[in-house]
Amino acid sequence: MAAYIFKRALIAVLTLLLIVLILFVLMAFLPGSPFNDERLTVEQIATLRAKYGLDQPLLAQFWSFVKNTFSGDFGVSYAIQKNVPISSLLSGRLPVSMRIGGQAILLGSLLGLVLGVIAALKHNTVWDTFCTVLSVVGVSIPSYVFALGLSYLFGFKLKWFPILYQSALPFHSSVLATVALSLFTMASIARFTRTELLEVLSSDYILFAQSRGIDGFRLIARHALRNALIPVITVLAPLVVGLMTGSLVVERIFSVPGVGQLLVEGIQANDYSVVTALSFVYSLIYIAIMLGVDILYGVIDPRIRLAKGEVQP
Amino acid sequence: MTMQAEKKAENSAAEALAAEEFAFDEHDFEFAAQGVAAVRAAEPVLPVSFTKEALLRLAKNRGALCSLFFILLIVLLALVGPLVSGYGYSQQLTGHDNMAPRIQGLEKLGIFNGSEAVPMATGVKIVNKYEKLQGGEKVYHWFGTDVLGRDLFTRTWEGTRISLFIALVAVLIDMLFGMSYGLISGYFGGKVDLVMQRIVEVLHGIPNLIIITLLIIVLKPGLPTIILALMLTGWIGMSRVARAQMLKLKEQEFVLAARTLGARPFFLISKEVLPNIIGQLLVMSMFSIPSAIFSEAFLAFIGIGIPVPMASLGTIISDSFKSLTAHPYMMAFPVVVLGLLMLSFNLLADGLRDALDPRMKDR
Repeated sequence: MAAYIFKRALIAVLTLLLIVLILFVLMAFLPGSPFNDERLTVEQIATLRAKYGLDQPLLAQFWSFVKNTFSGDFGVSYAIQKNVPISSLLSGRLPVSMRIGGQAILLGSLLGLVLGVIAALKHNTVWDTFCTVLSVVGVSIPSYVFALGLSYLFGFKLKWFPILYQSALPFHSSVLATVALSLFTMASIARFTRTELLEVLSSDYILFAQSRGIDGFRLIARHALRNALIPVITVLAPLVVGLMTGSLVVERIFSVPGVGQLLVEGIQANDYSVVTALSFVYSLIYIAIMLGVDILYGVIDPRIRLAKGEVQP
Repeated sequence: MTMQAEKKAENSAAEALAAEEFAFDEHDFEFAAQGVAAVRAAEPVLPVSFTKEALLRLAKNRGALCSLFFILLIVLLALVGPLVSGYGYSQQLTGHDNMAPRIQGLEKLGIFNGSEAVPMATGVKIVNKYEKLQGGEKVYHWFGTDVLGRDLFTRTWEGTRISLFIALVAVLIDMLFGMSYGLISGYFGGKVDLVMQRIVEVLHGIPNLIIITLLIIVLKPGLPTIILALMLTGWIGMSRVARAQMLKLKEQEFVLAARTLGARPFFLISKEVLPNIIGQLLVMSMFSIPSAIFSEAFLAFIGIGIPVPMASLGTIISDSFKSLTAHPYMMAFPVVVLGLLMLSFNLLADGLRDALDPRMKDR
């Protein structure tokens, strides 16, 4: 087990280092320099370069880049908010994004679970078809299309919720964004729960439990669902990706002051330092979750760690 | 039974056969009573090829058939639409900005007659811009026009064309590359596989979003860059499927037989294994078409899509997002086309998978 965890962790660290390397190479070889003011003399530029360590060999520069990045020092923003450290930009925005993402996961998983269980229990009925159609639609419709529809219908026409996020009303104004983000989670979880539960329900031990007189809620919750939900961690990876990409557009649509919006602004304003910093943050979160999933998987399913960590798709 | 014993038994059986005299008499045979046709009709199972069987199963799947119909319809409209509308996709008509949809015939029913409810400071007001336009009664914009006075019908189908093109090219390339990568890695195994799979694992750890964003920031935004970005992120899934299938098939007898006959790795991979797994790979690529369409629309929406005046579904939606509350019709049509396209491709892919492998039905 220790060897398995060590191996997964090593791959995660390698991946993270590769990302930092890519980001560094991009920053180093992008055209232009911070000191392209024509009034500066050659000597002044040389002094400035020495001051900021740009005269060092590339390897030393890379090392300091790695050190700074991992200690949370991402430099300052060029364009969005000039000379504001990116870490302070992030510290205000990360909690908002995390909260909305968390709400979306919670809502989506709950709804998805309920839908999936209904579909499996009422297999091959109208309910099943309804749930299946809903989950196919949920997986196929881009979250921003859904977000736009919600914003138009409930925000603009019915005026139930504010169209734009307001910091004064953190929950009420984030309802639409949460629902929009949760669609994908809901659909994937519903689909998955249905499949797994159908398989479990036809197994021998459920028949045995039934023959002992266990039925209804107790059978589903205590016996069937417990085993059906073990493999649910496999959908975590696509869910995280869905939430990340979703957050970019949903935050733009509802103008939520979160990390996704910052990245979109950074991309549109060509603010390279913001984009690289956020790329790192996103990758860090993603890789950490992937590592967690791999380890959890190894803990739960011994076949995987015995297969030396080769996770089959 | 050991080999020797087996041989002995075989030999003795052959000898016994040769020794015995075979003599047939009349009673050993009887005439087919109702002729050849009846015998053929009574055959219990008609031989049906695998492809035909799969197609038959697909034809029974109503959802998949509907999807196929919608995909064909959208493709047809994407090809023909920009030609029949009478407007160019980047042609700006002065005075024709923000016009609501107006369609011949339907306008008499009171829908699509070019009027729209515009929210004003004093309340909602019904406005028909066609009436104000000089010679406006002869002007028809089926999907309306955008804020710059460009015909949205033309732009929507032109955009569909580009979105489809991007998706098809990206999927084709990542299928070819991912397939070769997975097949080679799976076939050679050992050290080759080890190195190739570690590379995949590390690359898989980088979020697609980051790769695409960085690539587009560094390179000039445009069609080739977007295709490259989608391609770079799409091939990993394909390579995993191809590798898994290869691992399953390479130990089978027909591969062994071909190898014994002296077949080279290239022949084995392309002529022996590939035809057996091409079905699964096609299904896989069918699933990546909608995700490629989605990625493109997503990129357009965060502002790094196809540069103007070209249009894709994503850029049209992104542009009309700015006037969503004032002119919702601008967004309605491209959103419907995009949603329908994604849904249809997903359903068709589902149907194809079930048709090729009925055991997958409830997965």
